[in-house]
Amino acid sequence: MSGDARSTPLFSLRDVSQERGGRAVLQQVSLEIPGAQIVALIGPSGAGKSSLIRLLDRLDDPTDGEVLFRGEPITAQPVRALRRRVGFVFQSPTMFPGSVADNLRASSRLGDAARVPKDAELRDILDWVELDESYLPRAAQGLSGGEQQRVSIARALVSGPEVLLLDEPTSALDPEVAERFMRTIARLSGEHGLSIVMVTHRLAEARAWSQTTVMLEGGRVVESGATAALFAGAREERTREFVRSAQ
Amino acid sequence: MSPELSWLDLALAGALVLVAAAIARWQRIGLARGFLWGGVRAAVQLVAVGYVLTYVFATSRWYLVLAVLLLMLAAATKTVTDRQRGNRGTIALIAGSSMLLGAGLTLAYVNEIVLRVSPWYAPRFLIPLFGMIVGNAMNGAALAAERLESEMDSRRAEVEAYLALGATPAQASAEPVRRALTAALIPAVNGLMIVGLVSLPGMMTGQILAGASPLTAVRYQIVVAFMLAGAVAVTSVAVVLWYRRSFFNDREQLVARVPV
Repeated sequence: MSGDARSTPLFSLRDVSQERGGRAVLQQVSLEIPGAQIVALIGPSGAGKSSLIRLLDRLDDPTDGEVLFRGEPITAQPVRALRRRVGFVFQSPTMFPGSVADNLRASSRLGDAARVPKDAELRDILDWVELDESYLPRAAQGLSGGEQQRVSIARALVSGPEVLLLDEPTSALDPEVAERFMRTIARLSGEHGLSIVMVTHRLAEARAWSQTTVMLEGGRVVESGATAALFAGAREERTREFVRSAQ
Repeated sequence: MSPELSWLDLALAGALVLVAAAIARWQRIGLARGFLWGGVRAAVQLVAVGYVLTYVFATSRWYLVLAVLLLMLAAATKTVTDRQRGNRGTIALIAGSSMLLGAGLTLAYVNEIVLRVSPWYAPRFLIPLFGMIVGNAMNGAALAAERLESEMDSRRAEVEAYLALGATPAQASAEPVRRALTAALIPAVNGLMIVGLVSLPGMMTGQILAGASPLTAVRYQIVVAFMLAGAVAVTSVAVVLWYRRSFFNDREQLVARVPV
């Protein structure tokens, strides 16, 4: 690890460009994403938010430029090892067949890890996402959207990640469920020290829960900074306009 | 012995295709020309094959026999490739090699160990046996590839969710692979179940028509039924496990929807 661990950003992007189907979805993005807090990625549809967050778990690789994880090239470690350190939660949860316990255990059997967690461990993990142990035997695919999204986080937590990446995790949830969900995320960050990076199209969510906000548009970073300052008065006119339009 | 068929007899049989064409025309399903053209093609192709086989049988040279087998394999490969959406070169390579493996191994086993044909390249055994094996292996390969494509497409989110949890590509695609293999092998299982009950297989029918005792024909048919099951299974598993690799890149990421 290079430099002081506390000042090393969680992720650094250096001149990162990404093409998909011949279209540039990210254009020379340089950005530092701090750890040990909640970072929100905002911007209009097609801004490149989801494309960017996928790079952080190496679900895609950039066509150009470099991504660093804790100061080291993200490609320096085997991709599976990275994915166990960095959890990813998708926009619409995909439950595997079987019970909630099956879903959580599935994750522990993957990759090169062959560790089967005990029930007590599963109960702890469910507790982190504020589901009680009565969920363990329930059929995962029969749960509500909000419950499934919690199970997908729990599933990602089984491997003990340092970072949780969330791609519009509340977009399929109604506002009340989304609010409770975000409270859980805040607790994961605050009490358990998890670093969170989330894409959201709900500006109020970014404003209420994140400490840092990154505004993207057209595959470029418009600006990034402390959430409170950015919402109180952004440096860039475009950000001010975007923030106003949603209020 | 069965009566020799004259060209006039064949022309009389052709009336049945005319009936099919007439029905297609009457119901306006646009297949009338297909029946007529198909009838002509079937006759011409089979007569041509008859002459080729006569020549190959008469000369009985091992290299001619192998050339015919390779031609059959090439035709089967093209048929499988034409039915898929993915990259033609990739599928042709995978399907061709898998059928060569599955059909070739099965043919070698049946020819050398079960039937102990002598000489080993005896065309009257090798060519019809390989025809049946490759035909079935072809259907298995096509079903396996087709189903794997559609499963990998419809389960994309699930496969990626597994990858994100640190799964290997093999672990992430276990369910699509299982389903593709099941789809490819069910016809082989059904074939074993209903043989002789619902259908009298073509080869057995042919032998009986040509004057062989049904009991002899049945023994051959048992060998054929087992041989087809083995060939389909080996071919399908090779196709599925090999084709799966083309849905991922070497960074263990999912590639475009259908590999190109």
